[in-house]
Amino acid sequence: MSIESSVAERRFAVDRQALIKRLRALLPAQALLVEEEEMRPYDCDGLTAYRQLPLIVALPADEAQAQAILKVCYELKVPVVARGAATGLSGGATPHRDGVLVSLAKLKKIISVDPVSRTAVVQPGVRNLSVSEAAAPHALYYAPDPSSQIACTIGGNVAENAGGVHCLKYGLTVHNVMRVRGLTIEGEIVEFGNAALDAPGYDLLALMNGSEGLLAMITEVTVKLTPKPELAQVVIASFGDVRQAGDAVASIIAAGIIPAGLEMMDKKAIHAVEPYVNAGYDMDAEAILLCESDGTPEEVAEEIGRMTAVLENSGASGIRVSRDEAERLKFWAGRKAAFPAVGRMTPDYLCMDGTIPRKRLAEMLEAINGLSEKYALRCANVFHAGDGNLHPLIMYDANQPGELDRAVAFGAEILELSVRFGGTITGEHGVGIEKVDVMAEQFSLAEIAAFHRLKAAFDEHGLLNPGKGVPTLARCREYTLARAGNAATSPRL
Amino acid sequence: MEELIDDWIGRVADAASSDRGLAIRGGGSKLFYGCPEQGEVLEVGGYRGIVAYEPTELVVTARAGTPLRELAAALAEKGQWLPFEPPHFGPAATVGGMLAAGLSGPRRQAVGALRDYVLGVKLLNGSGEVLSFGGQVMKNVAGYDVARLLAGSLGTLGIVLEVSLKVLPLPVAEKSLRFAIDETSALKKLNEWGGRPLPISASAWHDGMLTLRLSGAAAAVAAAQRHLGGEALADGLAAAFWQALREQSFAYFTGDAPLWRLSLPSAAPPQALPGPTLIEWGGAQRWLREGDERAIRVAAAKAGGHATLFRADDAAKAAQGVFQPLPAALLRIHRNLKRAFDPQGVFNRGRMYPGL
Ligand SMILES: Cc1cc2nc3c(=O)[nH]c(=O)nc-3n(C[C@H](O)[C@H](O)[C@H](O)COP(=O)(O)OP(=O)(O)OC[C@H]3O[C@@H](n4cnc5c(N)ncnc54)[C@H](O)[C@@H]3O)c2cc1C
Repeated sequence: MSIESSVAERRFAVDRQALIKRLRALLPAQALLVEEEEMRPYDCDGLTAYRQLPLIVALPADEAQAQAILKVCYELKVPVVARGAATGLSGGATPHRDGVLVSLAKLKKIISVDPVSRTAVVQPGVRNLSVSEAAAPHALYYAPDPSSQIACTIGGNVAENAGGVHCLKYGLTVHNVMRVRGLTIEGEIVEFGNAALDAPGYDLLALMNGSEGLLAMITEVTVKLTPKPELAQVVIASFGDVRQAGDAVASIIAAGIIPAGLEMMDKKAIHAVEPYVNAGYDMDAEAILLCESDGTPEEVAEEIGRMTAVLENSGASGIRVSRDEAERLKFWAGRKAAFPAVGRMTPDYLCMDGTIPRKRLAEMLEAINGLSEKYALRCANVFHAGDGNLHPLIMYDANQPGELDRAVAFGAEILELSVRFGGTITGEHGVGIEKVDVMAEQFSLAEIAAFHRLKAAFDEHGLLNPGKGVPTLARCREYTLARAGNAATSPRL
Repeated sequence: MEELIDDWIGRVADAASSDRGLAIRGGGSKLFYGCPEQGEVLEVGGYRGIVAYEPTELVVTARAGTPLRELAAALAEKGQWLPFEPPHFGPAATVGGMLAAGLSGPRRQAVGALRDYVLGVKLLNGSGEVLSFGGQVMKNVAGYDVARLLAGSLGTLGIVLEVSLKVLPLPVAEKSLRFAIDETSALKKLNEWGGRPLPISASAWHDGMLTLRLSGAAAAVAAAQRHLGGEALADGLAAAFWQALREQSFAYFTGDAPLWRLSLPSAAPPQALPGPTLIEWGGAQRWLREGDERAIRVAAAKAGGHATLFRADDAAKAAQGVFQPLPAALLRIHRNLKRAFDPQGVFNRGRMYPGL
């Protein structure tokens, strides 16, 4: 049962020529790509191990064109996959072979920035960082800051409920979005949320966050802007032992401190990053923690003092506090470059995304080290430690026979452990195609069936991003049987 | 205690097979909220108790019948709380009722709403299945976010059995300030301050008087107080004021006149609607004690928000509806979702919208 097959599983009988004809009648010529070489760049997202050409790529320039595309697709029962910047790491934007890939990249207008109500209205193709740039003249910013923020889009952020390195204090995308405007699969315009702090009826806005393009196509988003704190400073603490670093995380929270950011990197990650960005990290450390404080200068001074004391008591072998904004950004630049830095060390990598209770971080790190030996694959670890969100980066070479399969099995074991530790298989990257089978680890058949009914409440024919997010009941049964078989033959960790 | 669930599964099956509705009741403290109960009352307050609480994980899991008072006391013992200050509206309030009503208190604009703190929910649906969504960790995007969907769903999608919530440390310092100021200037000031990194945790304007609360690190509160000026309130007085606002025990909220809640963009100008108003959440929540339903709903929609007939007698609710009517496309999605969780329409019929 390979990951690839989840999307391919359900076929749709689509007359490609007829579809092209209908779409050509509605869209300008440059809005449709139909030749293989033009469509190639769209064949995958950040999960590059899985590639698939769609039937057609459509590039609407506005909501009306997106609506026209959906209406035709709905009428002809053609699957539709939305795509932002394709930085997703779980295959959410991987095309469907019988479907239209709709790139929202051209919808990239910042419609308004309102400093009085502290909101911005943006189109879905606007890049995350450009919202903060547009708000900067008003001393405001958009708080969720995924490490991919120079590239990823707001539409993709909402679809994945993206997080960042500051979300322990400032929340995830779902906490920072007030309104989502979108199109149903029928091409009808819908608005979830509004310009106020709540909306009547069910909280469909919450449901849109993290819905991975399975419920509606997002065409406009109102985001909340946050006042820039007067001052922010980050502490870097080095540890000679990963267990101490993991325990220090719990101690910080136990001391009643909610850091603006609390991140952890292990030795492999440090060694990948340091030569690449010269962030000034301690190359001798087994792990480092980045712990940020923000607020008024008095508040920051007080909090940094408390953080430093906890870190020292937790056995930190070295502590540095950023001296100015340039140094703070340099310290963060290393963390934010972790994925590409690891990417330089290996032909390919898989990024895991489990979340576990903080108190089990150290245990998890040790288990991952064991698995790294078991599968003979290197693994670097960067954690959103404050949230218990893990990003083990499993390095492999797709050209070496068997390595991809080993990497996938390695990843699956980490996810199973995450569930067993009381956590989840994905904290922020989404299920996509990558984790669709592992969903059966976390949810019962009845729960999976409830997800399917929920999906049908929006998209009765299952045309939006089919095969992603939620496994079919048949796949769940197969997964459970296969796991039971494995458990019988090989004892688990 | 699990035998209670078996019993409810039977009750749900019976109701479904005979096309009767069940009215889910926790402590009954929010019976006034939403459209009147219909059907046979199903008391669920007996399913109670804190299941897990680990202060260092910032997560608490409690059975839905747990009294809110009990939960608050357990958290306070560890120096933590539910920062969105859910109104109890009476000593009987339960965790499940809090989730179903989805209401947040004075701190909402500063720290987020109840739904922002919901991490996971265990639910008994209309087919008698016990389902878990979300979890006990801070970040979780596996499957649709049903846990948050249930916040404010008024029990129409199922019987909430268990709720996991994010909790936070209590603020170290608080100070309340008072300013004599008219409505227009108060709204202007509140929005101006909202754009600056000030530790404002609550605000209330009524009858020419603006009250502000600052919360956070002692140094930050002191700096903000110096910066903002105003007249400082004695701590005991301030605590009583915010408590009365949260629980709506002020004179403004009492009496038989209908109570309208307007949820508006914080920067919306003063509304040309009759009667005295009380403004919270930096301008985003405004109350009225009189007025014509149509005029109120139209004004709220025009300003970019919506209006709720928060307290009124059953006749007024039946005539005017409680919640702002939904556009057709959204209503269709609501009906489909209701069917997805409660195919026979057993739970809390009509509590939110007729036919839902
Ligand atoms: C180097 C690197 C670092 C990263 N760091 C983080 C991080 O710190 N935190 C984090 O959360 N993620 C991170 N990610 C993952 C990724 O950037 C996020 O998931 C991001 O939100 C995806 O946005 P995108 O525009 O690239 O969306 P895509 O990858 O194009 O699409 C993602 C999903 O959203 C759907 N979608 C896109 N646009 C729309 C729309 N308009 N309407 C409906 N559905 C839509 C797609 O169908 C797909 O399911 C990282 C990725 C990389 C490569």
